[in-house]
Amino acid sequence: MEALNLNVIVFYLAAGLAIAGAFLMVWQKNPVASALYMLLSIVSQAVLYLQLDALFVGAVLIIVYAGAIVTLFLFVIMLLNLRGEDLVNPSAGPKRYVKLIISGVVGAELVYLLVESTGIGTHLTKLDSAIANFGDVKPVAELLYSKYLYGFEITSILLLVAIVGAVILARREPGEN
Amino acid sequence: MDYLQFALISLIKVVTIVGVVLTGCAYMTYAERRIVALFQQRVGPNLAGPFGLLQPMADAIKMIFKEDIRPAAAEGWFYNLAPVITFIPALLTFTVIPFGDTVTVFGIETKLILSDMNIGVLFFFAVTSLSVYGILLAGWSSGSKYSLMGGLRASAQMISYEVAYGLSLVGVLLLAQTLSLQELVHQQQGFWGMYVWKQPIGFMVFFICAVAETNRSPFDLAEAESELVAGFHTEYSSMRFGTFFIGEYAAMIGVGAIATTIFFGGWQSPFEFLDFIPPVLWFAIKVSGFMFFYIWMRATLPRFRYDQLMNFGWKMLFPIALLNTMLTAGIRLWLK
Repeated sequence: MEALNLNVIVFYLAAGLAIAGAFLMVWQKNPVASALYMLLSIVSQAVLYLQLDALFVGAVLIIVYAGAIVTLFLFVIMLLNLRGEDLVNPSAGPKRYVKLIISGVVGAELVYLLVESTGIGTHLTKLDSAIANFGDVKPVAELLYSKYLYGFEITSILLLVAIVGAVILARREPGEN
Repeated sequence: MDYLQFALISLIKVVTIVGVVLTGCAYMTYAERRIVALFQQRVGPNLAGPFGLLQPMADAIKMIFKEDIRPAAAEGWFYNLAPVITFIPALLTFTVIPFGDTVTVFGIETKLILSDMNIGVLFFFAVTSLSVYGILLAGWSSGSKYSLMGGLRASAQMISYEVAYGLSLVGVLLLAQTLSLQELVHQQQGFWGMYVWKQPIGFMVFFICAVAETNRSPFDLAEAESELVAGFHTEYSSMRFGTFFIGEYAAMIGVGAIATTIFFGGWQSPFEFLDFIPPVLWFAIKVSGFMFFYIWMRATLPRFRYDQLMNFGWKMLFPIALLNTMLTAGIRLWLK
């Protein structure tokens, strides 16, 4: 029973940190602090995956998001030396309540979809009977390279297009300074 | 095994590993100074204790008692946080490294590994990819242009080399069909069973990238003293600087340990007639070999220029690693 209790404690801690990190990310005026709170949120989510025995998914989440994407965010913020006062002008843009309504609607939609598609909250036992090692390397790879092969390949082409586009945008014509 | 026993054994393992790694870091600095001195026909630190063996203690005491200077332009708590963020991932690496097989001590059977997870290799990558944050934050939060330049260089370098770093291991993983480090060690029986013979290109790319990831010479552009004073840790002093220092050495030992485990058979004895040497000692010997190589490179090679570094990473190492991956996959498919 003790082990179970520890699991529950870790779950609430990680879940709480993930949500708190996400909120603080939006609330922060300092862009570097924002990026760091995003990092906190991502690492906490990875802990949640680890608790589900989805070791592979958790590790990939950290390698890709924490290791590469947020690093790039921070890199750009630092390269441009952005400070909070450069960015935030509360009177500009839509009014505060408009922003709140939009994010509220999107959030409610997400929750609705989640509840509808997985039945979380109605029959929680479903989570226990998940496929054995569903987040391990082999099951993920098998699904990715069979059932979702076309989606996977199309995504890679999309990324390639994005890379080529970025290179073209960044390229300087000869003679241009 | 009941819960309390598990917790106690894990605690003992953690304390031992941290103790050994930190001591290793301290004596790495001593070894580095002595060996580089030999390379340069100097004597090196030889006065504190016999052969200067107490030098690390003296250094540590000096470091702790120095004044902790905080620049006025430093950014809030980021400045304090940065050394810690560099230090923790370096230590976390040792979670998945096997130091030996299953042993029985006082009637309790235990594995000489902290956590034998089946994604050990990925865990290593996940943890090392976090270490860049410490350097980035240190560079940014110091409020000094040298620090900022150093931090930016370090992060650009780490992002660039991480790709080839990961790809260089795919060859081994394709052959081994596992991501568990303990399993990898078990597969490497004997001298010719080491993966370095089956994946020489993979190993070379891996080691070059590892040196770049740990910001060591000849890839130590982040702290290029001839242009950037001391790079990202210019403004740090006292034990805050000390923490960066230990973090760097712990990361080096971690890389040595991973390279030993994946390519050199980990704790396995390479020759049968040398089997009397215990596995843990074999592991230490192999890792020490890597540490010597690090120091050797530092004494021998000049530093890269920045554009050379970027070109080398993207136009040399990355394609080589990719080619190696495809070649290995092809051979594996063909042999099947």
